[in-house]
Amino acid sequence: MAEETLTTAQSHGHGHGEHPPHLAHHFESPGQQFDACKFGMWIFLCTEVLMFSGLFCAYAVYRANHPEIFLYAHKYLDTNLGAINTAVLICSSFTMAWAVRAAQKGQQGLLIGLLALTLLGGFGFLGIKYIEYEHKFHKGLLPGAQYNPTVTPGDHGNGDKHAEMGDHELITSEHDAGNAHTAPPGAAPARHDEEPAVAPTGVKPTEQTGLEKTTLPQAAPPPAGRSMEHDHAHEHGMTGRPNNVHLFFGIYFAMTGLHGIHVLAGMAFIAWVLKRSIAGEFGPEYFTPVDLVGLYWHLVDLIWIFLFPLLYLIH
Amino acid sequence: MTNTHAQEHSGEVGHVVPMGILVGVWLALMVLTYVTVVATKIDLGELNLWLAMLIAVIKASLVVLYFMHLRYDKPLNSLVFVGGLVFVALFLGIALTDSAEYQPDVIHQEALESLPTSNT
Amino acid sequence: MTTISSSYDPVPELAHGNNYLTHTRGVLSWLFTLDHKRIGVMYLVGILGSFFLGGVFAVLVRTELLFQGEQVLTDDQYNQMFTLHGAVMTFLVIIPGIPAALGNFVLPIMLGAKDVAFPRLNLASFYLWTLGAIFFLAVLASGGLDTGWTFYTPYSIETNTAVIGATAGAFILGFSSILTGMNFIVSIHQLRPPGMTWFKMPLFLWALYATAIIQVLATPVLAITLLLLIAERTFQVGIFDPKLGGDPVLYQHFFWFYSHPAVYIMILPAMGVISELVSVFSRKHIFGYRFIAYSSIAIALFGFLVWGHHMFTSGQSNMMNMIFSALTFSVSIPSAIKVFNWLATMYKGSISLATPMCYALIFIFLFGIGGLTGLFLTTLATDIQLHDTYFVVAHFHYVMMGGTMIAFFGALHYWWPKMTGRMYSEMWGRLAAFLVFVGFNTTFFPQFVAGSQGMPRRYADYKEMYAGYHFVSSIGSYIMAVAFVIMACYLLHSLFRGRKAPANPWGANTLEWHCSSPPPHQNFDEQPAVGDCYDYSGLEYDTATDSYVPKSRTAVTT
Repeated sequence: MAEETLTTAQSHGHGHGEHPPHLAHHFESPGQQFDACKFGMWIFLCTEVLMFSGLFCAYAVYRANHPEIFLYAHKYLDTNLGAINTAVLICSSFTMAWAVRAAQKGQQGLLIGLLALTLLGGFGFLGIKYIEYEHKFHKGLLPGAQYNPTVTPGDHGNGDKHAEMGDHELITSEHDAGNAHTAPPGAAPARHDEEPAVAPTGVKPTEQTGLEKTTLPQAAPPPAGRSMEHDHAHEHGMTGRPNNVHLFFGIYFAMTGLHGIHVLAGMAFIAWVLKRSIAGEFGPEYFTPVDLVGLYWHLVDLIWIFLFPLLYLIH
Repeated sequence: MTNTHAQEHSGEVGHVVPMGILVGVWLALMVLTYVTVVATKIDLGELNLWLAMLIAVIKASLVVLYFMHLRYDKPLNSLVFVGGLVFVALFLGIALTDSAEYQPDVIHQEALESLPTSNT
Repeated sequence: MTTISSSYDPVPELAHGNNYLTHTRGVLSWLFTLDHKRIGVMYLVGILGSFFLGGVFAVLVRTELLFQGEQVLTDDQYNQMFTLHGAVMTFLVIIPGIPAALGNFVLPIMLGAKDVAFPRLNLASFYLWTLGAIFFLAVLASGGLDTGWTFYTPYSIETNTAVIGATAGAFILGFSSILTGMNFIVSIHQLRPPGMTWFKMPLFLWALYATAIIQVLATPVLAITLLLLIAERTFQVGIFDPKLGGDPVLYQHFFWFYSHPAVYIMILPAMGVISELVSVFSRKHIFGYRFIAYSSIAIALFGFLVWGHHMFTSGQSNMMNMIFSALTFSVSIPSAIKVFNWLATMYKGSISLATPMCYALIFIFLFGIGGLTGLFLTTLATDIQLHDTYFVVAHFHYVMMGGTMIAFFGALHYWWPKMTGRMYSEMWGRLAAFLVFVGFNTTFFPQFVAGSQGMPRRYADYKEMYAGYHFVSSIGSYIMAVAFVIMACYLLHSLFRGRKAPANPWGANTLEWHCSSPPPHQNFDEQPAVGDCYDYSGLEYDTATDSYVPKSRTAVTT
């Protein structure tokens, strides 16, 4: 009955009096616990990436098959605000990474200050997001059936127009905008007038008139109009605004909305860790929660790094 | 870095990122953000998207490697992260391929349905 | 804690008979427990309750189909019944099933550890499961669900039933699954004892590890799919709704990217159980350990490459149809490797037909049929004929019920003495197993034939030509119901009147059999030694306790 030799880690575990307060009973050493927690956190981050991947997939599929929608609709977004938000998140990521370092080195005051700054960055990001969302709600730039724009692309409510706007397209599209409302690409007025939004027995498209079929071009002969929408942007000025622009906003709100919820959750975690830091719970021997919350916050930043060019910088 | 055994004794774990690296990465990220905004103003056609994505990937790599510490971590954590990305690529790749492949059917069907004589 | 016991030392007696069940008392001590064993038991109660509920729905479905015409359900009620049967069984029973109810209990003990890596996360997983179950119960009470468990658009956007409640419930259950997966992966990486390398782990742990990988990678995609569906219904976003320019085939890609790997979440733990049972009850080392271990990982990874085979007739492009069909053929190979290894294990083994082994044998038979019939479905040409017929229904019931649930009951009967400290009646156990086998085949085999002759699935009524098949099938479902009632009776009876279980009634050698039945609160007082868990040479049968004990203790002193 051979006795196996013990590793150094085990010889330190569970000796009474050496047991650090933060070490859980089923772990042999703080090192093992820290490694396990980090590993678990990375697995969790992986699941978050996969969850967002569904939205990136929807984005990719719709942009690949309907580039004209994205080209047109993204001009409703304010690139400057988006860029500022990117900078805000990058700075807060920096303060967060620095905060973890401060915890490792036992720099209490610095840790608290940096966590507070990171939290501030979160507030800043959400504040700018709020401004952007409010603008869209007021201008009827909503997803799906509620899409009912009262402005043209490039009008951000302050009179500024985008540098990249094509003038001809917008003038013609303003004329078409009036028509477009009555024959709804977003199917908003027709649906609300004619049917309840949710029909119990299901609505078969073939039973409806052409008004319900949102993918049809309104006036132009169908095949030509359809194929024109697949050409590059400078062609579609003749048919005006592309169909199904609301799809862009569906994806926009889904992606930025889910991201925003994660920012909010991240801020809650940072606030929790901040509170614990003020109570002096962290130091070189134990800073795992700061590290893990930091990883989460960096992931939130990572996702935005991709959202920004994909939504705001479409050329 | 400190002796592992000493770390076990003192309970201190983990590698500390040097301040210089943190600041350097932060500055690089800000610069790259500026670059990516400016690059959209230059018309490169199809390439604009890929350039923007390339810059995004570089920024993301900086965040992951240095801010998130993967450069100094156990390789297993990197494997987990990269592994997840592989599955993302699989998902997107197949969905994109399939939807591109059946678009002609969709367009054909819509064209059929929009003709005045095509009814139930 | 500085000595390690030898695997051939006797199992220590419990101080004052104090085990994990008696360690602390009171409802709150269970509701707030961090003990993985108690969490496993709570899961077990919930999952068995859900199985009963899903079973009631199934019997109602089969009763409606007993004869032509309307029996006990209107057409709308029928739609609700098969949907709820599918949703409850899939999300509440089979996906959590073996990992949550049995894996939670067994995994740490098999690792010689005190608990899983993250006990609080484990409790959170259980709370999430319960919350998801409550959502489903609320759905039952408020309009039900009639979309089919797959929630296909556009119908799921338009129907008046409680789609949002059900998808929210499934979303919550998904997170329960994800957290369990995370816990298991980290536990297996970090908490293995000295000497237990990856290739000395019991195969059940390999199976749970592979399952956890799928849980972690696939379930988040279901989460976003359900969120988008909720957004569709609430805000008419238009992403999956063709009337708004959306793409319903994209919904199916999203849904099946999770739901196909999900079936491997269901089957992999089951296969892990069978690996244990077949070895123990043949008194023979598992054959081809490495092949079985690698095939578990292979199934987990390959399973991500084949989801399109659910969409052959949905509008998926021809190119992807062909690619998915070819890939699906390849995924059958690792499963077949396992079956061959189990058979090779049994060959020239000393087979004991204890109740768990009965279930293991039933599994091999039923899973074999289920797997082979999958080949007809993955062949494009035949699938055009068979898709959405009863052939598909029979196929997935053979693999999910004939596979996973049979293995679940086999595992339940195997670990019952360990979990409860009681033995059940072998006679009744085998009888119930036999009845389950007869009832199952009577229910589902005719469905293969009916399906190949064109009987569509999810139909409340049928033509005269299918009447015979449906009648036989419904009778079979009643036989199964009787079998499960019998099972419930003798298992419950054993809790009060069953013989006290010894530490090792079956003569297995994985670490959970090295502690008492039931185990103490902390699982082990000393770090257990790790030998070859499939080597039974050091154990011998002891008539006095009707169990197996280490050889050294009863060595003959001549």
